[in-house]
This record gives sequence, structure tokens and C-alpha cells, in this order.
Amino acid sequence: MKFTKDWLQDHLKTNKTEAQIVEKLNHIGLEVEKLEPEKNELSDFIIAKIIKAEKHPNADRLKLCHVDVGQKELVRVVCGGPNAKDNLLTIYAPPGSIIPKNKMKLEVSKIRGETSYGMLCSESELNLSNESDGIVELSKNYEKKIGKRYFNKNLKNIIELSITPNRPDCLGIKGIARDLSASGFGKLIENGTHKTKKTIKQNLKVKIDKSKGQACTIFGSCLIKNIKNQESPNWLKKRILSLGLRPISAVVDITNYVMFDLNRPLHAYDLDKISKGIIVRNSKKGEKFKALDNKEYKLDDGMCVISDHQGVLGLGGIIGGIRSGTELYTKNILLESAYFDPEITRKTAKKLDLNSDAKFRFERGIDPNSISSGLEKASEMIVKICGGEVSKLDVQSTKNVTSKKILFDPQLASKVIGIQIKITEIIIILQKLGFVIKKKGKLLSVKVPTWRPDIHGQIDLVEEIIRIKGFDKIQSVEPEKRRLKPTLDFFQRHFHLAQRSVASKGYLEVITWSFTDEKINESFKENLHKIKIINPISSELNVLRNSLYPNLIYFLKKNIDRGFDNQSLFEIGPSFIGKKPGEQITIVCGLKKEDHINVFDIKKDVVQTLVELGINKDETTIDVKTPGYYHPGNSGSIITKKDKKLISYFGEIHPKIINKTYGFEIFLENLVNYKKLNKKNKPTITFSDYQKSDRDYAFVVEKDFKAQDLIEIISSVDKSLIKNVKIFDVYQGENIPSDKKSIALKVTIQSDYKTLNEKDLNEISQKIISSVEVKAGAKLRS
Amino acid sequence: MSDFEKFKDELKNKLIKAKDSKELDVIRSEIFSKNGLINSEFKKLGSLSPEEKKKVASKINTAKQELTTLLNEKVSNLQSNEIDERVKKEKNDVTLPEKDFKIGKIHPVSQVIDEISSIFSEIGFSVEEGPDVESEYYNFTALNTPENHPAKDMHDTFYIEENMKTLLRTHTSPVQVRTMLKGKPPFKIVAPGRTYRSDSDQTHTPMFHQLEGLHIDKNITMGHLKGCLNYFIKEFFELDQIKMRFRPSHFPFTEPSAEVDIGYRIENNKIIIGEGDKWLEILGCGMVHPNVLKNSKVDPNKYQGFAFGIGIDRLAMLKYGINDLRSFFECDYRWLNYYGFDPLDVPTNYRGLSK
Repeated sequence: MKFTKDWLQDHLKTNKTEAQIVEKLNHIGLEVEKLEPEKNELSDFIIAKIIKAEKHPNADRLKLCHVDVGQKELVRVVCGGPNAKDNLLTIYAPPGSIIPKNKMKLEVSKIRGETSYGMLCSESELNLSNESDGIVELSKNYEKKIGKRYFNKNLKNIIELSITPNRPDCLGIKGIARDLSASGFGKLIENGTHKTKKTIKQNLKVKIDKSKGQACTIFGSCLIKNIKNQESPNWLKKRILSLGLRPISAVVDITNYVMFDLNRPLHAYDLDKISKGIIVRNSKKGEKFKALDNKEYKLDDGMCVISDHQGVLGLGGIIGGIRSGTELYTKNILLESAYFDPEITRKTAKKLDLNSDAKFRFERGIDPNSISSGLEKASEMIVKICGGEVSKLDVQSTKNVTSKKILFDPQLASKVIGIQIKITEIIIILQKLGFVIKKKGKLLSVKVPTWRPDIHGQIDLVEEIIRIKGFDKIQSVEPEKRRLKPTLDFFQRHFHLAQRSVASKGYLEVITWSFTDEKINESFKENLHKIKIINPISSELNVLRNSLYPNLIYFLKKNIDRGFDNQSLFEIGPSFIGKKPGEQITIVCGLKKEDHINVFDIKKDVVQTLVELGINKDETTIDVKTPGYYHPGNSGSIITKKDKKLISYFGEIHPKIINKTYGFEIFLENLVNYKKLNKKNKPTITFSDYQKSDRDYAFVVEKDFKAQDLIEIISSVDKSLIKNVKIFDVYQGENIPSDKKSIALKVTIQSDYKTLNEKDLNEISQKIISSVEVKAGAKLRS
Repeated sequence: MSDFEKFKDELKNKLIKAKDSKELDVIRSEIFSKNGLINSEFKKLGSLSPEEKKKVASKINTAKQELTTLLNEKVSNLQSNEIDERVKKEKNDVTLPEKDFKIGKIHPVSQVIDEISSIFSEIGFSVEEGPDVESEYYNFTALNTPENHPAKDMHDTFYIEENMKTLLRTHTSPVQVRTMLKGKPPFKIVAPGRTYRSDSDQTHTPMFHQLEGLHIDKNITMGHLKGCLNYFIKEFFELDQIKMRFRPSHFPFTEPSAEVDIGYRIENNKIIIGEGDKWLEILGCGMVHPNVLKNSKVDPNKYQGFAFGIGIDRLAMLKYGINDLRSFFECDYRWLNYYGFDPLDVPTNYRGLSK
């Protein structure tokens, strides 16, 4: 919503400065988004600097200039001025600007094969002097103003507000004035309606069809005959321009003017193009209509249309049609001022993907009591500018306008805001905003003005009170340092720990999109369903990820392209297993690409992380089954011995996906649930001080016999004596049959009660050997 | 002088002259071995009279003592010399580089989430979470945002189902409702997480991070809201004073609603937070709308309180001088190394937020 201070002053008698007004608007919730000088035909001309002037490759007299116009990138301009040179400060006219001297509109053009974006101007082109021999040369003082307008004198500021969707009343300047007045910034000027003399009859029949879901409940109109439509006078053109609109003709400009002035959308029809009468009805499926934006719309059923006997004239509350549009030669008009239901209007506009200033207002809620005042104001202006005779107003309505009433306990304001606010102050604020108040004992009966569709209940009144009184009046209360609950729960603590644990192993944490490319995701989704996004931002981000790998691998490759061959990345975040809320799991996913590493490097990272997260090695087993995106011979899964919970996958990523890259996934919910069910109390530890002995063995086993099983067999020979089994070599080759391998390991034997003698040791050693031979079909290597 | 004395002096001389540990080993054995000086002398004692025995034994012991001390001294001297020799030879150019090490990094967003959680932990908030895929009901309806309301235009929603009933949450506010529905007041929570809007340009990414705050109890007023956010902002930017203003605004799920701006100025192309005459919007907040409480099965006549929503990425940008939001999600190796945090640098209440 844009306006100027002088326009505001049509509605507000105030002695405040523009700066004060801007500050106040921010304080009462009408956020000032921008404050910038209004535009005129000269505001496009910008102070610029030629950074480099090169010779034009195809023309001796022309130069190709690289110009700083205050934007990020330089602009290329072909220039014929003989004085164009490096570092010259001058004036730049961008494409679209109109050169004052010849009124030509600049366009992007090719000059002798080189594209020129705008031009550098001479003084004569700008009507500054007759000097036309070269481009303007500005003094060094302008260096600081590069990118600013050259002609900047006596321009009014445009105040641009960002109006929240609950405040349709402030989409009109009068509403803004009312808010300012309520907050002590002047007196609202109630424009007494100068009723124009109604000399003719409104003899066009208007009928609202009472069908189900009819959006239009009031249709007011009047006729104005024998006008002389024309260009608007300058003052009106200026105001239309200040709104960011294009002046068209007096009639159109006036309807726009009233819309922005009073927040009262109007529509003017060429009366002579209307066949017989107006029928407001719901559209029939397939009905077609050519709108003022020059597009043809095919309507669904149930859309509110204004029609005559020939067909659709306009979409109620959204846009008018070409067939009945006004032109400069239009003699007689029908002026419409109606009320359309916000929800239905919005639905229709959404379906047709149509936006307009009127629709923007109707979907937020227009004052149903502003029908007549809008018609009065517009017809007064039209008659003043275009002449003509006005008819009596005709208002058809199918529903009475009622005002909401709220029974308000003024204590609520203090209770919510936390400071005492006197009832007299409350009453004054509300009254100034247009609320009508009657005392009812300790309560107030508050009648809500019809221009405030956003006020539904008591709490809305509290907001009005504190908004106008000022948020700065709220007394800050120091927060209490009392904790009701631990900050992080069991799961969150593990999330936090996992994140830092993986990072401490040299991995860089990344955050990637929760969505990914369907094609890449395909390799990782296994038996999960793909979850499509109906309206993705791009076709490369069109499904929710079923794994963290697709994005991680994508960005790892990007880093390789940037020249970083060795890197470890990880992400901790959601992976989606279904499309319902909550069907997601948390995965810690690491990816490592380095020279000279193998599966045991990634296994070390993941196992160490698990140990740090409180899952000891002896609680898990390694399985060789992994999803298809891992190298089948070079990957494993980590499963808890108890409950068989899948904690992690690790291994080489399948070479068909990416070459020589290792990764792991830790399934955090599984891990945490397992830990919850298996809470360990650390038993008091006892250390044996008796001598310990190490014995080395080498066993020849089948080639695909798993080392893990060998360790398990040995450990279970005597759990009280065998303290550790450590593999230190695996050998295949000479002296070993080709279908076998040799595993060398060190067994640490120690008793908690005595020093073991040679005999004890030999005994346990024999047991180890025979167990392994029996259970693993192994032979001790001699 | 007896033979013993002679032999002893001879050995003493040898000891003094010994040049290395090998020589010493020989001498040691000459003195202490089974047939060495001391033991053979003791063996002789048997043939002596008790009186004589005592005298000679004492002599032998004194000699033993003397030789032992001398030997130990010599051993330690020699060892010391040998170490000196070795050290003299061992010389490295320590200006050569150390062995490679890798330091992983924590993403600035994660770090800032930890910082914020730590601050709110101090004033009694606990951390809650909610799902990324949400139902339309929790994301909009329960939050007092009816269907076909222009307030919905502020959120460009990604939909998961054609009927638009399932979507990617556009804010963390649904966690308010989910938290209240599963418990009983009072509630005092913050909820960080991923949020999504189908918007992508210089200053918007289709995914970003928010932190929701909610405090509901019997008498929680806007004064508490102000105090809480004031505390948070000062702690977060690690400043004693910070210029801050509450500006009325509109969110369907809070009433009254406000946006919070902090003061800043630009000095040498750098942003200075907390002072100056420019304002920067950093969060939205308000008193939880009675309709939201009702939808969450909390009696609005008994309970009231505030909620707020903070853009985490934006705060991270401000605090750590990061210019481009999009860079957060581009995973550039150089960026991660430069802006990332040491994993040991855990923000805590007792140590402080940043290193």
C-alpha cells in the first residue's frame, strides 16, 4: 500500500512531520516497508561512471563502455560521445526510459553488432543545454552518488506500507488516517458527503440471483450519462502514479483513486454496451469470458459473475471484462459498488490464478457499509472532471449488514499485557478506532465497525488497545531461572553426542535438502515408496529423500569438481520412510573419500562412534547383509546381539554409484531405543593384579570363514580367563591352500584369583585349540 | 694389605676407568658373581673364629658397600653419557610439517541451535521436536489459520498429497499444538527444526531453520514475553545492552502479535548489532491465541502465555557475519572449513557460548 503525506492529509489534520508519521506507523503495526521519492519522467536518469571505454569492434566512432550504474554488475552501453573515456562520471538512461528531448523510449538494441543496454546522455538530450557534442561530464562530487537519480529535486516521498492480511481497512488511506488519529497523531477529517444532485433515474434493472454460494450480497450502482471521458487532470495523474499505477482515463483513474482512498473498489461499465440489465449470478461450467487483462478465462460453475443478457461482463470482485469496458469516447457509464464474500472470491481467483487490487481487497473483507459513500465520492469526481448527470443510487441486497457485538471484560487487557490500563483509556482508544461502546456493569458492550472484519473476540480488542497505547509501554519481566524438565531428552542427548562424535573424527557437517532428485534417490530407496512433492521447486528436487546418501554424494562430487579430492562429510537429519507425519527416522550418515583407505577405516569411524555413544563392541555383531547401494563384498551391518536391532551400515559405496568412496549410516532411533531397553549400571570394577600371559596362535580356516566367529569361539572357551582376543594378521598365499586363509591372533589369559602356572596355561591353550578345530574346522598352523 | 684389599682396590680402579656398559658388566661379575670377590671372601669366613668372623665380615660388608656405590655411580654416569651421545646424534628439522591431522567441523546452524538451546535451558525451557511432514490441520487449521484465508499466502507451501492435506511444515509452530496435546500445562519449550517454503532466490531457500518457543502457565503476560526475548537476544549476541523494539504485527496464531527488531549500524561494511539507527527484523512473537489453546485442549480461561518463532539461519548469519543464506546448503568444502565450528567447542551455560 503506497501513499504520500499530502494525500494522507486529505483525511488527517496533523502537524507531525513525515519522519514522525513513519515512526508512528511502525509503532502501531502498519509497517513502513519503503520510503522513497516518487517517480516522474526524469527519475530513471541515473548517475553513472564509465569503468572502461573500449573501441567498438565494428565502428570507429563508437565506443563500448562498461558502466557502473550502482548495481552489482557493470552495464554494457554503446556510446557515440567522443569524450567517453575511463573513469568519466556521467548520466545513464536505462532501457525503458524516455529521452526528454525527442520523447523516444529507449530499448535494448544492437548497434553494429554489439548489444547496448540503455545510453549515456548528452546535455541536449536531457534538455539541460544545447550542448550535443559529447556526453555529460559530472564533477568528482558525484562519485559518491553513483546509482542515484540525477534529477531529484522537489520530489515527494512515497510511503510504502506492508499491510498485514488482517487489516483490509488500511488498504485505504482513510483507514491509515484513522489509526494515526487514534494514536494521537491528529484529527480524522470526516469528509461530509457532498451529495451530487441526482437528476436522472437509475433505469437499468439489477438483479442478484439467490443461488447457493452466491458471493455477492449487495450490489449498489448508479448511472452517469453524457460524460466527456478524458485524460485525468495532472493532480490525479500524479496520485495514480504515486500508487504505482498507470493513468488510463479519468473514469478509470477515479475508480482506482476511490479504491485506494476509501478502500472501496468500484467498477465502471460502458452503459451502452450492456444488454438490457445486470444479473449477478453463478457461472455455468465452461462459460467463457475475456477479461480486462486481455486473457480469456474458461469458468467453472459457481463463480460469481456480473452478466447481462448476452453473457458474462465481469468476475465479481476480481476483474471486469473487455466487452463492457470504458473507453475515452464512452458517453454513459454504470458505476458498480458491491460486496463480495471474501472466501468465495478468493477461491475463484485462486482457481483462475488471477490477481487484482480489487480481489486483494475483497478477499480480506471490504466494509459492506461503504457501498453508497463510494458511489457518491466517485460520481462527484466524475461529474467534476467529465461533466454529466448522475442517477439516483440503486442498492440491491440479499442480506442485511449486521455489526458484530463483543462483550468485553476490560480487565482482560491488563491480565494479558501485564500492566494496568485504565478503563477510560481503553474506551477512548476503542472509540477513536470507530468502536461503539456501552457500559454494562463491569463489562463493556463493544460494537465492531463494519470495516474491521478481523475483530472477532475479546483478545482482538486487547490487541487494538496495546497496539495504539504502544508496545514500548509493556514492562519487561525478568525470566525466572527455574527448570521444569531436563533441557534435552534421552534421544536428543544422543543426537547431540553423535553429531559431535562424528565431527571429532574429521568429518565436516553439512546440511542438505530434505528433498532430492527422484532419479538419484532411486538407487537408495530399496523397498521404500518414493514420496513425491506435488509442487517441487525444481524437477531435481522432486521427492523426499529415502536416504541421506543422494544429496551427500551429490555435494561430495561437487567438492571433487572444486578440486578437493580428499574429504569426509556427514549429515545428521531426517530420512523419510512414508508420507504421513512422523514417518521419518534420524540417520547419521558419513561419507569418506581419501587416498589409501579401505573398509576398515570407515568401520573404525563407525565403531568408535558407537562406542562413544555407549554401544560396546561386545554388544553387537557384524552381518554381511547390506542394501544394494553398498559394495556387496566390502560392507557390513552392525546389529545388536540382543533384540537384533539394526544400528548401522558401513562399507564401500557401490562403485556403480561413485568410485572408491566409503560411507556409513547410523540409525539413531534404533540405537537409542536399544539403549533405553538395555540400560547398563556400571558394576564396580575389579582389576586383577595377577600376572597375565599372551599366547599367539595361527589357525588355517576356510577362506570365507568370518574372523568374528573365530573370536567368538575363542572367547567363549573360558570367559573368566580369556580377557582379550586380538587378530594381528590375516594371510593368504604361499604355503596356504588357495581355498584357505590363516588368521593369526593373540589371546590374553589372566585369572582374577592367582598367577597361572605353566600347566594351567597349557591346559587352557589346549582347550582353545581343540575348540577352534572342532567348531571352526580349523587347523593350527605349524 | 691383604689380598682382599688389593683385589678390591684393583677393582675400584677398573671401575673408575671403565668406559662402557660392557666393561662394567665384566667388572660387576668379578665383584658380585658366585665366584666373585665378595662371595669368595664370604666363603672363607667359615674357617675363622667367631671373633675373627665378625671383624672380617664387617670388612667385607664395608667393601661391598663401597664397591656397590661406586658401581651404581659409574652405571648412572655411563648411562647419562650414552644418552648425551645419542641425543647429540639425533637431530630433526622440527620446522618440517607435523603429521596430517583432520579437524571435523560442526555446521553453523547446528552450533547456533546449540547456543540457543543453551540460553533457553538457563531460563527453564526444554527442547521439543516435531515431524517435517505435517498435516494441514497442525500446520494451519489448529493454528487458527482457516482455509482460504489470505494469511496462508504468506506461506508458499510444498504439498505431499494432491488433496493438500499433507505438506512439508512451513514453520515450527505446529510443535506448539503437538506439545500441548500430549501433556498438561505448564509448558515451557523451544523447538528447533527444518522448515520448508517453495521459495528460492537470493535471500530465500526452499528449506530453512526455525526455532519455536512456547511458554504457557497461569499468569504469563506480554511482560514475560518481552523479558524472555530481551534476555535471549542479549545472551545470544553476547552483549550487555542491545537496542530492541517490539512492533505490532499479525500472525493468525498469536494475539496480540509482534515482530521484534534490533538496532544496528553499518561500519566499514560490517554490521554492528545492538546500536545505531537502523532496524533489523529478527523474529515474530505474540500471546498464544485462545483458539490455538482450545485446539490444543488447554483452557484459555485458566491458562495463557506466549509463543515466538526465530529464523535460525538468519541469526547465524548475523552473529557470524555470513552474507549468503544459500551458502548454508551448498556444502562447499572451503565454506564448511571456514565457518564451521570445532566439535569440542560445545556451547554451554558455564563455559559461555562462543570460544
